[in-house]
Amino acid sequence: MRYLPQTEADQRVMLAKVGAKSVEALFKDVPEAARLKTPLDLPDHQGEIEVERHLRALAAVNVSAGDAPFFVGAGAYRHHVPASVDALIQRGEFLTSYTPYQPEIAQGTLQVLFEFQTQVALLTGMEVANASMYDGPTGCAEAVLMARRVTGRKRAILSGGLHPHYRDATVTVTRFLDMEIDARAPDPSAREDLAAKIDSDTACVVVQNPSVFGQLRDLTALADACHAKGALLIAVVTEVVSLGAVTPPGAMGADIVVAEGQGLGNALNFGGPYLGLFAAREKFLRTMPGRLCGETVDADGRRGYVLTLSTREQHIRREKATSNICTNSGLCALAFTIHVALLGEEGMTRLARINHERAGALAKRLERVKGVKLVNDSFFNEITVTLTKPATAVVSALAKLPILAGVPASRLFPERAELANHLILAATELTTDADIEALAVALEKELAA
Amino acid sequence: MSNTPGTILGHRGLDHEEALIFEQDSPGMTGVDLPAVPAGPDRLGGLARKGAIGLPGLSEPDIVRHYTRLSRKNYAIDSGLYPLGSCTMKHNPRLNEKMARLPGLADIHPLQPVETVQGALKLIDEVAHWLKTLTGMPAVAMSPGAGAHGELCGLMSIHAALEHKGHGHRRRIVVPESAHGTNPATAALVGFTVDPVPANARGRVDLDALTAKLGPDVAAVMITNPNTCGLFEGDMRIIADRVHAAGGFLYCDGANFNAIVGRVRPGDLGIDAMHINLHKTFSTPHGGGGPGAGPVVLSAALAPFAPVPWVVHGKDGFSLVETAAAAGPASAGTAKPFGRLKGFHGQMGMFVRALTYMLSHGRDGLARVSGDSVLAANYIMASVSDVMTPSFDGPCMHECLLDDRFLKDTGVTTLDFAKAMIDEGYHPMTVYFPLVVHGAMLIEPTESESKRSLDDFIKVLRGLTAAAKAGEVARFKNAPMFAPRRRLDETRAARSPVLRWKPKLEQGAAAE
Amino acid sequence: MAEMRFTKEHEWVRDDGAGMVTVGITAYAQEQLGDVVFVDLPAVGKKLQQGSEAGTIESVKTAAELYAPVDGEVVETNARLKDEPALVNSSPTDDGWFVKLKSANKVQLATLMTAAQYKSYCDGLH
Repeated sequence: MRYLPQTEADQRVMLAKVGAKSVEALFKDVPEAARLKTPLDLPDHQGEIEVERHLRALAAVNVSAGDAPFFVGAGAYRHHVPASVDALIQRGEFLTSYTPYQPEIAQGTLQVLFEFQTQVALLTGMEVANASMYDGPTGCAEAVLMARRVTGRKRAILSGGLHPHYRDATVTVTRFLDMEIDARAPDPSAREDLAAKIDSDTACVVVQNPSVFGQLRDLTALADACHAKGALLIAVVTEVVSLGAVTPPGAMGADIVVAEGQGLGNALNFGGPYLGLFAAREKFLRTMPGRLCGETVDADGRRGYVLTLSTREQHIRREKATSNICTNSGLCALAFTIHVALLGEEGMTRLARINHERAGALAKRLERVKGVKLVNDSFFNEITVTLTKPATAVVSALAKLPILAGVPASRLFPERAELANHLILAATELTTDADIEALAVALEKELAA
Repeated sequence: MSNTPGTILGHRGLDHEEALIFEQDSPGMTGVDLPAVPAGPDRLGGLARKGAIGLPGLSEPDIVRHYTRLSRKNYAIDSGLYPLGSCTMKHNPRLNEKMARLPGLADIHPLQPVETVQGALKLIDEVAHWLKTLTGMPAVAMSPGAGAHGELCGLMSIHAALEHKGHGHRRRIVVPESAHGTNPATAALVGFTVDPVPANARGRVDLDALTAKLGPDVAAVMITNPNTCGLFEGDMRIIADRVHAAGGFLYCDGANFNAIVGRVRPGDLGIDAMHINLHKTFSTPHGGGGPGAGPVVLSAALAPFAPVPWVVHGKDGFSLVETAAAAGPASAGTAKPFGRLKGFHGQMGMFVRALTYMLSHGRDGLARVSGDSVLAANYIMASVSDVMTPSFDGPCMHECLLDDRFLKDTGVTTLDFAKAMIDEGYHPMTVYFPLVVHGAMLIEPTESESKRSLDDFIKVLRGLTAAAKAGEVARFKNAPMFAPRRRLDETRAARSPVLRWKPKLEQGAAAE
Repeated sequence: MAEMRFTKEHEWVRDDGAGMVTVGITAYAQEQLGDVVFVDLPAVGKKLQQGSEAGTIESVKTAAELYAPVDGEVVETNARLKDEPALVNSSPTDDGWFVKLKSANKVQLATLMTAAQYKSYCDGLH
């Protein structure tokens, strides 16, 4: 077995040193009845050739995004990742290191986290950011728990523009705690009045920008309304690239910003692993969940970095911790950091503007398709349209061509019959004019059929 | 200030001092050539970003060099034995990485029509099959993002099952003192209270003390097995029977599954739920602190409460149950999911790596994994037990626990010993955990080490022990001397937190 | 110098007269904690019951609760600790005080350990 270096001769010497007759004898504390007697019904070991053949066969069945005009978004976005990102994250020193518990020999990871925290703070317009969460939805749930700690209040209002996975992760995590979640009805055109719902028991309002339907809104008045009543405004961003073109939540008064960072540096990966970004006002620092990296000096006075404020965390506070989270998304955060570093100010803003222009081109072309109506009056790179037919059937028909035409709203809101004909489509820098034309032609044909 | 010899730029051979990217800004520079932005109307609804973000500009060669230099300041499995107890730092096969990057697996969107991702769903189903078979459990929830997230999944399933039975009043969780900190933290998040139970003199849960704590308000017992002292809890079956008789559930923290994989099925021990850290037992890379993946195997009693989503294998191929509403018809009304824990369908990229690892090892290779890792840990323990102080009698499982009695009166602490190991070219073992022994040193070599590698490591442990006993205190107190940094001032970092870079101007303004 | 009393949780209580007491942690406690990096104190006006949580003391590697040694109402907290938590280490029984309580429960106060009793209590912990 290529991965197991102990030879039989080694094992004989090692067993002699230990004073055991066999490897099996080392398991003497396992009750006899619990030891496997018959081989498991699983295959024996295989070489790279056979394993690779198996995995390639599974991969070959899927229609990958690069094989078709592609407009699927709704919380995960296909962007171009520069080649150097993947080359660098595959350096073994990054890939195969652990959480930086011994900072003297983990300065690489730690400095990356410090750069990451700075980038996230800058992009979101916030003062501090942590070293990442599992993904956007789990970060959203953690933000609501944090608002509960900060305010001592029990009610959270979730906008109808919030991605249902964010809503559901929040409802689930708070399910067994004494909290009331007021999840508003889906709101494709952003007409809801959340400020009117805030009362003296409201810990926070959670609003996504752009919304799951792609709609943008100015959060300033809502932030003011929250603060007037002593509640926090939590802003969710599922498309991190938007922060290159859109006013960041921090500039509109948000207290906590949660974002899905997958769009920069990370592949679609069929939904994971992704990267939760989490930023907040500095005054709430000590109630933040997750790891934090801070600057300090070493015994020789040289600048260095350590994990800090860890008294908030589970390994010290145990049942009083701010969160039970132990793992972060280190490698995804590294990919994000390198991608943002490569882009820089110039690249980041240009990338965002290209995305916006592509979505504009998509919207403009689809508005000319008979049976298609644009719902949004504003957007970044994602739009919602209504069709004259149920979107699920249309998307399935187009997938056969193949064109991956977007996400039927009913996939996200199956309980909402009124959204059956709504289709959510995203465009990115990878979307070509030819892709848009192919989609428009196919849609027109399908809707006319 | 510095007492180490200086160089002109502070570099030391291959170890380069490296400024932050923010300090290497060439305004206007970029490492990505993007096309010009085509003209088009602004549809941002008046929300166009005003002012600069503040990101620095660097070229691709600058970036590649920067992160390459930073990477060299890290210790990694690729560079040496990484004996962090309870972390299972085993070799990460590169085939896993290659497979995870196949476009048919990496470049697919979680919300594509299911008919376009049948291979992906089959892959998840195959990983689930391996996990269920290896653990002897009937069901598995695949979506949790890491071990602690898996604990949350398991305890929420338990809470939901208790509520369903009308036993919502059961809120007490009995947890051994030696547990990982995530156990009590998770219990609190699920609205449970934590009742610690002590260990006995043999490093196992005190069965009598535990039994005495069982009662009508107990929701579950939460036990790590093999435990954090590196020992197998031989009474697990009895504990399971007793907690079940008392109306509660048994949660097993599967962090140490590597010690028994392919040889012992947790399902045969009577457990109801156990998370499996794919980044430990199944070699998905730790990546400097994640991402992980923490699928949870569930007993028949808990399976109906598993969270969405899950994969269904029907006559028309594979499909997904993504919402509680959809759960009813798809499984004949028996499913009562407690909710959703995470976006989309779980850590697919980790599933690909784990399946690659499982197929590579097979059932025979996995049994060797546990056997070799247990032998390696016992070999280290036997080779140092005459000079260092193992906390409990062996045999141990895949990690051996030492305490600091052997350092008594030397003036050297566990932390000093650990830092001296850095100078000897090793990542230290886990220190000061578990809390049940003084000055703990928890060593987990894994199956990835050859005897030659273990012998070198043993030489270092014995040599440092001899040095400590010979009174070479300064060597320990000053360590590490040969790492990219010497000991860092953690007090300073915590007293006045600096958590991000700020432009000089802003730094000055903030100080006023 | 007013008399000090001590708790098993290593807090000291100084009787300032007129129902007022000052509370802090002992030299022994700060030594066990190591470098204190942050102190979280209760709001002025908060009524505390003996044994209830009155704040949190954090060092780099651990966190401890401050428990109210006697019933009483918070009238003042040590504002200097916000920026100078190190005072808890350098001057635990003087500049590093935590809270002042009014209407302190005298009966409870009288049952706490004296300096001599506390010293032998600490000696017994080794």
